[in-house]
Amino acid sequence: MRALLVRDLALAVKAGGGFGLSLAFFLIVIVLVPFGVGPDTGILREVATGILWVGALLACLLSLDRIFQLDYEDGSLDLLVTSPLPLEGLVAAKALAHWLTTGLPLTLVAPLLGVLLNLDPTGYRWIVVSLALGTPALSMIGTFGAALTVGLKRGGLLLSLLVLPLYVPTLIFGAETVRRAVDGLENTTPLLMLSGITLGTLALLPFAAAAAIRINLR
Amino acid sequence: MDNVACARGGLRVIEGVSFTLQAGQALVIRGPNGIGKTTLLRAIAGLQPVLEGTIAMPEDAVAYAGHADGLKGPLSVEQNLRFWAQIYGTKSIGRALEAFDMTGLLDRQAQDLSAGQKRRLGLARMEVTGRPIWVLDEPTVSLDAANTALFAAMVARHIDGGGIAVMATHIELGLDTQIFDLAPFKASDSASQPFLDEAFL
Repeated sequence: MRALLVRDLALAVKAGGGFGLSLAFFLIVIVLVPFGVGPDTGILREVATGILWVGALLACLLSLDRIFQLDYEDGSLDLLVTSPLPLEGLVAAKALAHWLTTGLPLTLVAPLLGVLLNLDPTGYRWIVVSLALGTPALSMIGTFGAALTVGLKRGGLLLSLLVLPLYVPTLIFGAETVRRAVDGLENTTPLLMLSGITLGTLALLPFAAAAAIRINLR
Repeated sequence: MDNVACARGGLRVIEGVSFTLQAGQALVIRGPNGIGKTTLLRAIAGLQPVLEGTIAMPEDAVAYAGHADGLKGPLSVEQNLRFWAQIYGTKSIGRALEAFDMTGLLDRQAQDLSAGQKRRLGLARMEVTGRPIWVLDEPTVSLDAANTALFAAMVARHIDGGGIAVMATHIELGLDTQIFDLAPFKASDSASQPFLDEAFL
């Protein structure tokens, strides 16, 4: 499983990999928002949390169809499924590789980009905490969606439609965690809900994704 | 393998297939295009369920090589092979490299290889799996005569070591193999079968 993780990370950072894609998309969205919304720092401060979270979510979505599609096309998914690796472990390793190449970098650059949106000073800590807790769920749910659509030619649209509704709870509680902190309110409840969703998806979805792959490879 | 029937795309393609292989035997599956050779091999490899019948064999014994070689273009020959060696828990890739005379190509990126070289790398992977039953789908495609001979030698070594090989090929490998013609096992009722997944929809 570690070999698979190392290989996926190596492929992601090599030319043509998906590493820079999500990060660049996130950067572009956040840089463009002040141009669209206008230079009013009050309005920007209001929407900063939401924009950062939505931007991170869409950036995550962008690289999902690569998770299994490339392996499916070059035949290595067949070979991996017949290998001694448990399929659930394979799915978990894929999700972890996706998180390390998208979720983690997004989490780390979010506070830097928060400056562009005039994010409230108390928000910096919480945007990192909420993204760090929430993006693993985004990667895991996305891996499940990718497993459902593996083998479909140009399955990207279907993948987005399947995955976006499942992303909504994470988005709501993630953004709420930061917003409440910024407003000086108690934010333990959304934080716990966010963690609960992440832990739940990590516990259940590897099995669901593995089952989906077994059906799709027939 | 007893009285096996398989379907592809919801269509029953073969039925009543039975054969038994002992350690040290090789079986070549023949039949016209579309008869269901790949489907049968994928069923043996465990990639798809059989409609009826049973396939009995030791657990975790099968190594499968399909039409695609499963190579990663940006990685080198060595990295590709080493990855599979790690997955299967094999220490050395030297034997696999020698089997197809690939020691000179170690640092070459897989995307820069010719079709034949890619195939050789894909087949060399079988050597690092360390599994007793090899399931090979059209292994000799895009191999030249010399490399087909290397492949035959590799399979011969595998069988001599007590392995089993099941392959679909039309090339005469010069091996002592049994030949299994799939043509008589074409499903008589090829009308559409109820698709298994409909239960979920």
